[in-house]
Amino acid sequence: MLRGALRKAREAAIHGLLLICAAVSIVTTVAIIAVLLSESAGFFKQVSPLDFFLGTRWAPLLEPRSFGVLPLICGTFLVAGGALLVAVPAGLATAVFLSEYAPNWFRQVAKPVLEILAGIPTVVYGYFALVFVTPHVLKPLWPQTEIFNAASAAIVVGIMTLPTICSLCDDALRAVPRSLREAAYALSATKLEVSTRIVLPGALSGVVAAVLLALARAIGETMAVALAAGMTPKLTLNPLESIQTMTAYIVQVSMGDTPAGTLEYQTIFSVGSTLFAITLAVNLIAHRVLRRFREVYE
Amino acid sequence: MSAAPLHSRTPPPDVFRPRLALRRRLGAAFAAFCLLLTLGALGVLFVLLAQVLLAGWPWVSRKFIANMPSVLTPEQAGMKSAIYGTLWLAVLTGLFSVPVGLGAAIYLEEYAGRSRLARFIQFNIANLAGVPSIVYGMLGLAVFVRWLRCDRSVLSGALTMSLLVLPVIIIASREALAAVPSSIRQAAFALGATRWQTVRHHVLPAALPGMMTGIILALSRGIGETAPLILIGALSYVPFVPGGPLSDYPLTSTGLRQWLSTALFDQFTVMPIQIYDWVARPQPEFHHLAAAGIIVLLGVLLGMNATAVAIRAWQQRRRT
Repeated sequence: MLRGALRKAREAAIHGLLLICAAVSIVTTVAIIAVLLSESAGFFKQVSPLDFFLGTRWAPLLEPRSFGVLPLICGTFLVAGGALLVAVPAGLATAVFLSEYAPNWFRQVAKPVLEILAGIPTVVYGYFALVFVTPHVLKPLWPQTEIFNAASAAIVVGIMTLPTICSLCDDALRAVPRSLREAAYALSATKLEVSTRIVLPGALSGVVAAVLLALARAIGETMAVALAAGMTPKLTLNPLESIQTMTAYIVQVSMGDTPAGTLEYQTIFSVGSTLFAITLAVNLIAHRVLRRFREVYE
Repeated sequence: MSAAPLHSRTPPPDVFRPRLALRRRLGAAFAAFCLLLTLGALGVLFVLLAQVLLAGWPWVSRKFIANMPSVLTPEQAGMKSAIYGTLWLAVLTGLFSVPVGLGAAIYLEEYAGRSRLARFIQFNIANLAGVPSIVYGMLGLAVFVRWLRCDRSVLSGALTMSLLVLPVIIIASREALAAVPSSIRQAAFALGATRWQTVRHHVLPAALPGMMTGIILALSRGIGETAPLILIGALSYVPFVPGGPLSDYPLTSTGLRQWLSTALFDQFTVMPIQIYDWVARPQPEFHHLAAAGIIVLLGVLLGMNATAVAIRAWQQRRRT
């Protein structure tokens, strides 16, 4: 009797303990949102949201001060867009090759090797952009390239998101039922036609989700961009110029000695909130697309 | 009048023309194009590693690992404080995040079923995994550094890093738990085991190698992470190791406790931040130092990944 009750109590205690562990993730989310909201509230008391979101000049540390976030957003999307320009064609072609063409042994070797690219710390990519991509790749092609430029950052961010795209696309392509491929072959389609007209459309939502997840990662990427893209916020579409992204700005302020509590200091939270909102939106769309994709074939 | 011979008639435009030779050639070109891009992606990795090794290998030496960083004489600079900082951070992060991560994974996989709460937590974790690491740095800055007054210490860094790697650990551990066949659970239940007894004695041992792999990979991600630590104020120039040398303290339990509490609240730096600082300096000597630092960092990560791969291989052998 007593032992039975003890046992029940122990089971309940363990259940509760495990539930607390799982709840840590909810607490984390709530804390992130609370911190970002409360700190940016202080900022928006002094700067109107209209000036912040629509202003075209970002100079929070220099007089005359100006808090238009558009140059930072522009820089972020210039790098992230460039990264996708590198990563999507290469990642998709690699995925098609690995899932449709490559022999099994090649797949077994190539996939883990590609995963290494995703495991290399991002500061290493910053080094690579600064001492290799800019002087040995971009400068010979376009001599007017600046030392810090958006293009080199975009290229290395593209390289580091390539494995994400490749591996998610590979999963999506392989989830397309074999019977669809065989039906197309029976109608005398070639391998190219099966790949591009049967398998790729069948896996489209998986591919779209992969691209969106990579986009979110590229937007939030920090160290490589802070090292390679420069520290000059600029509203430009020229990838050979020095720009500044939202993440690089946050790093710049954190590395400097701006005293806590000042308006300059609060800018990192308002920029951080903007960054968080953008990546969250992209991630939510990606997960929605991914779920729809799963429903089709399972 | 007989009709024109069949073969001389040109087909109307809407009739299917096989054009097999052209299509085959196009197919071959496409295959070559895909192969080229695949090899290109692999080639980039090779170029990156070659660049780092060429620039940094002559600078890697015993001195480089044993010396403190130096701003004035790059020839004498080392990364001892950064190596110790990374070590402290990795161990503490593991201590904080592994129990919580495993607990959460066990709850979600073994206890919660498909309840509304479980699905919400799951959705929440998937989104947390996509939050940029720099945002975790802001969280750590506001909560651990300022609110809990841990200051810019090793402890703040480790707590922040724990939150960052937690979603990765939970997702990987859940996969390992889900891979355990449900017949094992049913057999335990049939013999009257409680849920915890089933998990503790049957499910966990079977899932452990998979979990270890996930944990090692998550921690190696944490070791390479820089941005959140810059936000919570890890410095780029730290000429001491956390807590100082252990031999400075009396060899008693009080001495050990003193050493620990000093170390936990000391300022610190880690390998990626040291590398960042060196890369950001314009002089080429520092770029060589950075490359040498990258070699050491990649060496550590390679060791951890090799361990993870070895555990996975061992587990697969055991199963068959």
